[in-house]
This record gives sequence, C-alpha cells and structure tokens, in this order.
Amino acid sequence: MAMVQPRSIRARKLGAHLALLGFVSLVVFPLLLVISISFREGNFATGSLIPERFSLEHWALAFGIPWERPDGTVVQPPFPVMLWLWNSIKVAVASSLMILALSTTSAYAFARMRFAGKAPILKGMLIFQMFPAVLSLVALYALFDRLGQLVPWLGLNTHGALILASLGAVALHIWTIKGYFESIDGSLEEAAMVDGASTWQAFYHILLPLSVPILMVVFILAFIMSIMEYPMASVLLLDEDKLTLAVGAQQYLAEHNQRWGDFAAAAVLSGLPITLAFLLCQRWIAGGLTAGGVKG
Amino acid sequence: MFVTNASRGLPRHRSRAPAERYSRWALRALTALLVLGTLWLVVAFHLRGQWMFSLLFLVLGASLAIVFGKRQLMSHRYIFPALAGMGVFVIFPLVYTIGISFSNYSSSNLLSEERVRAQFLDQTYQAEGQAFDFELVREGNRTRLYLEAEASGAAGEASRLVSRPLAQAVEGQPLAVEPTQAAPSGEALGIREVIANREALEALSLVTPDGTELQMAGLRSFAPMLPRFEASPDGSLTDLRDGTTLTPNQETGFFVTEDGERLTPGWPVSVGLDNYTKIFTDPDIRGPFLQIFVWTFVFAGLTVAFTLALGFTLAALLQWDQLRGKAVYRTLLILPYAVPAFISILIFKGMFNQHHGEINLILENLFGISPDWFTDPAMARTMLLIVNTWLGYPYMLLLCMGLIQSIPRDLYEASAVDGGGPLTNMLRITLPLILKPLTPLLIAAFAFNFNNFVLIALLTGGKPDILGASTPAGTTDLLVSYTYRIAFQDAGQNFGLAAAIATLIFLLVVGLSWLNLRLSKVKV
Repeated sequence: MAMVQPRSIRARKLGAHLALLGFVSLVVFPLLLVISISFREGNFATGSLIPERFSLEHWALAFGIPWERPDGTVVQPPFPVMLWLWNSIKVAVASSLMILALSTTSAYAFARMRFAGKAPILKGMLIFQMFPAVLSLVALYALFDRLGQLVPWLGLNTHGALILASLGAVALHIWTIKGYFESIDGSLEEAAMVDGASTWQAFYHILLPLSVPILMVVFILAFIMSIMEYPMASVLLLDEDKLTLAVGAQQYLAEHNQRWGDFAAAAVLSGLPITLAFLLCQRWIAGGLTAGGVKG
Repeated sequence: MFVTNASRGLPRHRSRAPAERYSRWALRALTALLVLGTLWLVVAFHLRGQWMFSLLFLVLGASLAIVFGKRQLMSHRYIFPALAGMGVFVIFPLVYTIGISFSNYSSSNLLSEERVRAQFLDQTYQAEGQAFDFELVREGNRTRLYLEAEASGAAGEASRLVSRPLAQAVEGQPLAVEPTQAAPSGEALGIREVIANREALEALSLVTPDGTELQMAGLRSFAPMLPRFEASPDGSLTDLRDGTTLTPNQETGFFVTEDGERLTPGWPVSVGLDNYTKIFTDPDIRGPFLQIFVWTFVFAGLTVAFTLALGFTLAALLQWDQLRGKAVYRTLLILPYAVPAFISILIFKGMFNQHHGEINLILENLFGISPDWFTDPAMARTMLLIVNTWLGYPYMLLLCMGLIQSIPRDLYEASAVDGGGPLTNMLRITLPLILKPLTPLLIAAFAFNFNNFVLIALLTGGKPDILGASTPAGTTDLLVSYTYRIAFQDAGQNFGLAAAIATLIFLLVVGLSWLNLRLSKVKV
C-alpha cells in the first residue's frame, strides 16, 4: 500500500469520482423524477424534483381509492392497477412454480444420469431458447384459440393459457440448476442408493434439500421474467380485468390521453417490490447471466 | 455420474413400504389419465378437421405413454416434462409458423373451407314481389306491426298478419306474427314514427307461422328472406337470384363468380413460395422490408457497441483499488437493470414527450431547442438508442466486472514495473483478455437486441410510419415488431406474410446461435 500518494493520483481519483457521480445522477434522474411526479398535483405538472404542490391523489388512485379534490369533484381510479398487479403475481407464481418443477427434475437427469441423446438435447435447448416468443405468437394464438374451444379454461383471454405458454422457457433455468447440481458431490446420493434408495428418493431426500438456495434463485428469476413478460400477454389477454401489469401499464400513456401523474404512482407502486427483489438477488443473477454462455 | 438400476439391467427396486407403493400407483394412474386426456384432444381436433393440432397431441400422448411405460427409459422420465413444454410451446409453434408461411392464411382467408361454404349457405336475400306493406299500430300502451300483402295470395293464404307487441321482442330472436282477419283497432302511427324507430325496426325480424322470416325492406314494407345460395354436388354454389354459379378456386382460396370476381371470405390454401417472392420482388413490400432489415442490424450493432463501451469503461473504473465507495456506485449503476423494463420504457416515453416532457423542457431552457422525438425518424431512432443504452449497459457492466476479476493481478504489476499507465493497462491487458470470453455473450446480446420487441412496442410502436408501404411499416420498426404488426395490427392481418418474415428471422437466429455455440465451446 502506498502511504504517500502523488498529486497526480489524487487528481485522478477526484476526476473519477466526479465522472462517476455525474453519470450516476444522469442514470438515476429518470427514477427520481418519476417518484417526484407521483406526488405532484395534476397530470402534467412540471417543477423541481421536490414537489411544490404536494398531493396524494395519484397514489390514492393507484390503490384504487376514489379521490376527492379540494373543489369537491371526485376522481375515479382510471385503471384497476391493483387487479393487474394481482393478475401478474398470480400468473408469475403459478408459472414459476411449474417452471421450477420442470427444470429441477430435468436438470437432475442431465447432471447425474447417462442416457441416449443427452448432449444433442442440451445443445438443442440452448439454440431453441434464443428464438424470440414474438415470432411464434401467430402459432400460439391459433393453438390457444382452438384449445379454448375444447377446454375453456385454456382458451384465449385466460390466465391458464398464459401460464402454460411460459413453460417453453425452461432451457436457461435447466442450465443454471444443472451447473449447481454438478458442483455437489454425488457420493451422498450413491451411498443412499447403495442402502436401497430409489433414484427418485436419492434426488428428493438428499439432493433437493442441499439445493434450496439455487431453487430460490431460479424461482425469483422465473418470477421476475414472468412479471416482465409482454408480447405473449399482449396477444393472449383481451379484457381489461384480465390484463397483467406489463400490458396494462401502457394504457396510461395512450396516444391522446396521457396520464403521466397517475402512471408515475402506479409505476413506483408496482416497480418497487420487483426492483428490491432484483437488487437482493443480484449476486446470483449475475452468476446466472454468464452460466449459459461461458461456464457451459 | 450414475445410471439408474433399470437401465443398468439390475433388478428393479421394489419397496415393501406401502406409502411408496401407493405413490407408484398414483404416478401410473396420473400417467394413464394424462394419456387419456391427450387422446380425447386428438380425437376432438381430428373431428374438427384440425389435423396439425391433432398430430401434435398424438405425438405428445404417445411419447408420454412410451416414456412412462417403459422401464428402460427411467432417465427420460425426468426430462420429459421440460421437453414436452419446449416441444409444445417452442418447437411446435416454430413448425406451425414455417407451415403457414407457405399459405395465404390471413384475415380474409381465416376459416376452413367448410365454414366458408356454410357462411355462404346461410346468406339470405329479400324476395321481391312477396313483400308486405306495414303499419305501426298503437293500442293503449302496446305497439304492434300490422302487415298486409302487396299482391294478394303471395305468401300462402295469410295475406294479413299482425305481430306480437314490439315490447316483447328479444334481441337476436325473431318475433312471431299471426294471421288476422282485419287490421287491428287502434291508432296507426305515421311515417314520422317509423323513421324515428328505424334502427329498431331494421334489427327486427319476424317469423310467420309457416316459418318464413320477414325483414324490413323499405320504409313501407317487410319482405320474406330466402336462402341465396344452393349447394351443387360438384362443390359449386348456385346463386338463386340470378342463376349464376360460384366455383371454389383452390389456387386462391376464394369462391369465384362467372366473370372471375372473388367473394370474401375465403379459406387458407397453400400458395407455395408466394410470400417469400413477394418479400423480395413486390416493390411496396421490398422497400420497407430492406429499410427495416438494415435498421435492425444497425440498431442491434450500435446498441451492443454503446452498451459495451459504457459498461467496460465503468467496470474498469470500478476495479480501481484506490477508489472508495465502490459498492454504492455499483448498486446505483445497476439500477436500470433492476427496474422492470416495461416500467422504465414507459417512464422514458413520458419524459421524451414533445410538449410536456422533462427532456424537452430542459433542452428548451438550456439550448432553446425542442426536438420532435416521436415524429422525426432520425430523432426517434436516436431516442431508441439512448433509451436502450440506458437499459442495457448494466448487463455489460456486470459481465465485464466478473471477467476482469479473473485476470491475474501480476500482469498489472508487471505493467507497473515497466511504467504502464492506466490507459495502457486498459487497452493492452484488460480489453484483449476479456474480449475472447465475452464474444459469445456479445453475440447473444446482439441476437437479443435484434429481437428487442418490447422496447419498440412500448416506446414508439414503430412510428413514424414509412410512406407508401402496403403493409404497416415504420421507420423505427425492427423485423420482429414489423412481423407483429403485419400479423396483429390494422385490417390486413396477413399471417402468411408475417410467418414468412418470421421464418427468415428464425434462420438468422439459428445462424447466430450456432456461431455462439461454436465460439463458447459448450461442454455437456
């Protein structure tokens, strides 16, 4: 450690701090702005970051509570934000649980077993996961349209269809869990099997309890992905009370009637929990990002 | 690494514990139920003539039965559910999309041929010469219709009819009329009342005791509705009004009149490579397609370049040992990645608003300019790149930070001994060393932005539109959003053309991911 720092280093450090601070303020500005706007009166009020005319109107509307203005007019909530959030959470929980179940079992097979077609299947999964869902929308639309005529709860405009359609995106999660399973020594399970446990028992009673952390991470990852899913939900869901948040939120900023203030409150309300969850898990998420590409 | 007892040929594990035996039977029962369920779907789809879906569920049910029925395939049972999910929701849509790219499936050719035929046979026309004059008659607070045949004896014996009170009419159901001897007593309302209630009367249909349906044919008359077409054994339809025939044309998927005019709706038929040749030869499609194609590459390339430059610089800065507060900077810098994209894109949409948006207010105050972010193509593209750089650089930052940490420290010490400055370190040591492991991830990022549908859909919707394009095409559209708009927006809904473009994108993505696999040398 250098005890005495030359002047040039100190100047450089100052420069770095200034540059970073400048950049960070540029990056954070939109987010602070939205929080500020959500407390401002009116839908296109301008002003400083700290609101001069403070109002909870947008927040009350976001929670679905009608708001009475000082002049006596009562404003009804424009959109059922809480219902959308609830729809999003419902779909996300159901689909992430199913994705978790599917990817854990297959990751176990890929990590621990030898069977025909293992390598091509794994590689094929990596290739197929790169196809954007937008392009298969015509086919998925047709599929659920026809399926809905036979099984109503799987038709268009149902959450069942949306949950089921998300089951295609398991490849990334399989790779993440498989990498974790491979880092656990298999001798415990082999010992259990020598003592008469079946393959399933070894998996369920020995490997799974050891892997709870990665299962949590995959669940949260799948949850966040499902909350943010836009194209599929925008085609499969039609009624206003069926929409998920990702599809519904854009109605605030429709072409001719932009409710900027109402949107700000709804955005902070629904975005904050997801952002916090993401920041808490960022360590594992960063690891998962490189897992598919580099570690293999 | 071990293999299951069954596939090693060892005796199968038999448990004497009842709970386990029951769960085994439960699994078998569940499998049987699922197989029966898919079989029911197979039959139902087959009966409706939708052979593709029937085939899909046949394959699904059969593989389910085989995998869970054969003991040698024990390992495959674990991967079957995930593979089935991918098969039904990724691979089947892919095959189906490629399939419809060779057809003219669109909003005008949507229904099957049988349904189209049934629709034509349902069409009716008003027979002239058998019409009834009508009057609205009010008795007390009830209003009825009184009909009198124009030519006596035209519609059987009943030449004078009176309807039930109009208040009893149920929407979508015909109202009964009964024969009567004389006009009902009551006040006959004049033509003014008829005009005032015209819409309700036009929606009304009456049914006589012998089943003929009557509808309003003019301000003074109701006329019977007769079926317009009659099916001939050779598949053609005969127009009963003028005796001409409509022949089904299996090349175009429409019924054609004798002088070659097409009648909508049609049904989907195979058109071979027409959709593909249209993309490359029809000037109204080729022009916008090429423009969007080039912009897609430019957009994805520039996004990767900008985000990488920014992310790498920041990562190099944050790696500097003597800098304090790195954790705080890091958390603040990855914030854009943590906020759900659909929210931050909409935030930018509001901020870039040309009239009340914060960005134009600031620019106006500082420089006196207010760019047209949403109506000028060049500005709209600039805005997309700015927003996407904001959204995408944290990913690059995280990747670069991870990779820089794995560079051995002694390289930098050696460089310091030789008098290398920070810039030399960054360009001669850090960059070359991380570029190689980064390449596959950059290709993946390129492929992702190549198909960055959500950004375009939420920020610009592809607008401003390209002038003179015959399909909905915008100057900021990427190939995916262009495809989406052809398929789901506006009147055309040309699924066939959209599927053809989607197939081309599939080929590009396959190329990219193959390259990616080669470069990253995935070991399985």
